[in-house]
Order: sequence, then structure tokens, then C-alpha cells
Amino acid sequence: MTIAPSVALVDYGAGNLTSVSLALSHVGVSHAITRDPDVIRSAGRVVFPGVGAAGASMRNIQEAGIDQALREVARAGTPLLGICIGCQILLDRSQEDGGTDCLGLLPGEVERFDFSALPEPRPKIPHMGWNPVSFLREHPVLEGIPSGAFFYFVHSFYPAPSRQEDVLGRSSYGDRTFASILARDNLVATQFHAEKSGVHGLEILKNFSRWSP
Amino acid sequence: MLAKRVIVCLDVRNGQVTKGVKFKENRDLGDPVSMGAEYYRQGVDELVFYDITASAEGRGIDIEMVRNVAREVFIPFSVGGGIRNLQDMREVLLAGAEKVSVNSLAVRDPSIISHGAKAFGNQCIVLGMDVLKVGASESLPSGYEVVVKGGRERTGIDAVSWARRAEELGAGEICLNSIDADGMKTGYELDLTSMIARAVTIPVIASGGAGRPEHLADVLEPRIGADAALVASLTHIDGYTVGALKAAIAQRGIAVRI
Repeated sequence: MTIAPSVALVDYGAGNLTSVSLALSHVGVSHAITRDPDVIRSAGRVVFPGVGAAGASMRNIQEAGIDQALREVARAGTPLLGICIGCQILLDRSQEDGGTDCLGLLPGEVERFDFSALPEPRPKIPHMGWNPVSFLREHPVLEGIPSGAFFYFVHSFYPAPSRQEDVLGRSSYGDRTFASILARDNLVATQFHAEKSGVHGLEILKNFSRWSP
Repeated sequence: MLAKRVIVCLDVRNGQVTKGVKFKENRDLGDPVSMGAEYYRQGVDELVFYDITASAEGRGIDIEMVRNVAREVFIPFSVGGGIRNLQDMREVLLAGAEKVSVNSLAVRDPSIISHGAKAFGNQCIVLGMDVLKVGASESLPSGYEVVVKGGRERTGIDAVSWARRAEELGAGEICLNSIDADGMKTGYELDLTSMIARAVTIPVIASGGAGRPEHLADVLEPRIGADAALVASLTHIDGYTVGALKAAIAQRGIAVRI
């Protein structure tokens, strides 16, 4: 018999697993690092990290049988936080790796930054560094954080949800304004790396650990 | 809008942060973990830990130090100086570093850049290059030559062609250190920085020569084109806070994270 953890940190080989774990510990959130679908299903809340490519990440998730568990978690109303690739994968589909079917928990696609129509010098890809996020409404995970706060991004693809009401925060890069925080019901997801975004990023992790949707 | 970054570099020798002029006359300044944590609290955008004796002593990076930094510092940091192979890269990244930096290893074996980028993603691989002004010649058209071993050994490689090659191989970023400017406190070498920043499409970190906060603003101006400015003695020895450096940059109308 497995003991249900209060927070499950999903381990599917994502490179930022250690950093997310250390950040959660730093803000006093005890958590279990797990790739066991049953443990993920029974957890009180789930953190879904990610870094790298959508195709390989989806393959790892499917091989571990975690995709089904995540769908059930989302349906059951368990708070779920996706980070970076863990944010993108919540959508229907990504343009990355020749097109990758994702979890479909939020309607929309993940698109590639394309600045080829802009004059030189063009914005660099990946979009890497600190960029402000404008909050479009209030949300418990953003409590205590000012709109316009900077967060740390590293990505070449960005979420393009089809429902405007799923966009909680947005950022601009080049001529593109994109959704940098998504939220709906028990789901919240950040395109930026909350675990590497200093005090404001830590605040999001802490707020998430106390959030009852 | 993406902010320009201020990066503090901590050269580590025998477990202590050290600072020398032109890679000589080093003196110890303190513990890398607590110094890194202090700069994190001051609002630095990124940290670099460089194990300056690991390569020479043929040993790997102090992984325990990397892990201790990752426990206290929740911004990106990179680690370099003792990376020998992919396994070393993997250990450093798994310990919580965001990026690894390769310098003389990449000169000896450029394929480490492509292998590292393939295994961990381009954004994880920083090419550190030390560059010496030598004057333009047929074999060194840019007038700048890549050097290794802290400037003691010339490679015959042109700085601009090396930067382009590194980008092709998959480097995510270039940390460009001017050996001539390093420790002189007369400002970054702007011509060199501008030449490299124009030659590649990946971000360029300017390093070497900062003596006043305004020097950071100079190199981050759009006409020069650096994406980040790296400092060491300005904060370690001269006592400037990260906030004071950023204020000088912001005053020039350049976006920084305050």
C-alpha cells in the first residue's frame, strides 16, 4: 500500500526536477518525487516540471503511463501545476518535433517563435532571460506578487490557448505577445521557470501548495 | 521586453572565491555558496561559478558545492572550469545548475559542444572564450585570437570564426572574455564585443574590464549588442551592490530587472 503524498513531483526524466524539488523544499513544501501513476493519482496536488523538447517529453510520459494519471488528476479536481514543457504539454498539440500530440487538458496549440518577417537584428531564439509577466486577473497562486514582475524564461515554443479566459498572464517578445501563465479550474501552468525565478517564482510555488480551487 | 542581464562571476580555487588580475596574483575572498547567496539576495540575474584550478589539476568539478549553491540560489547559474566530458555535464546539471560552460575543452574537442547540446539542449551549453588582441592578419582576419590556459597559450584560431563555429555546433550562448581588458577596469572591450555580437545570433555575455557601473551600460547599449554583462571585482572588491550596477544601466534607458 502506498501512502498518498500531499504533493507529488512528477519524475519523467525532466532536467529541472532537482531544481523544482530544491525550490519546493526551500519554501517548506514537502513532496514526493515519483514516476508511479498510482502515487500521482492519489496525491493531494501535483507539480509537473519540464525542460527540453515536447516530443521526447511526451514519449517519456507515455512510456511511464503517467499521461493517463495526469488526465485523471485534472478531471478529479486535484490542483496541478505545470512548468515550462510541463505547461505546454497540457495543451492539445505542439508544433515541436514535427507535430506532437499532447495531453489535451486545455484547448489550444503550442507554436514556434518566428521572427523571420522582422528586420535584423531579430530577437534571438530561444527566448532566454528575465521578462515581465502582466497579470490579466487575480488568482490565488499570484497572491503577493505584483503584475509586471520578472520571471525567468528559456523556450523556443509558446502556448497559444484557444480560450482567452484560460490566459492568466502574458508576456511580450519581439512582435509577439504570448500566454506566459495559463489557468483554468484546478490547473495552473507557467511557461517560465518558477523554480529559477527568484523570490516571485518561489512565491508561486508556495501559493500553489496552499491553493484550494 | 526581455531584460539585459547582470551576471556575477565567482572564480573558485580550493573551495574559496578568488580574484586576480589577468589570471595572476589571486587572493581569497570568501565562501562561494554564501557569496552566491548574497548576490542572489541583491537581485543578480545569473551567477557563474568557475573552478579555475580544476582543469590544471585534472580533476572534476566540486559537485557538492554545486548542490549547496542550488539549495540557496533560485536563479539560473552556470558552472565551468572542470568539465571534462558529457558525464561531468550531466552531473553538474542534475545537481541543479542551469548551464555548463566549456572553454579550453571545446578548443581541444569542438564536438563536446554538439554532443552536450544534443544531450541537454542548446540553452545548457555556454562557450567561454578568452580572446587576445593581436592585430589583423591573413590567418586572424578579425585581429583577435582565441587563447587558452588563462591567456598563456595561443591557439591560432580567429575569434569571430570560433564564435560562428560554436553557434553552428549548438552552443546556446557565448561568454566573451577579453584578456587585454580583464582586470584593467577601463571598460569592456567594445569593438570586440560588438564584432562577436554581430557575427552570431546567440546571446553574448561581455566579460573583462568593468571598472565602473557605467561600463555595464556601455556594453549593453544596442549599438554594441551584448545581452549580458559579467562582473567580478566590481562587486567582490569595490563593494558595488548589484542594485547600484542595475541602476546605472536603467538610467541609460536599458531594460533591466529591478
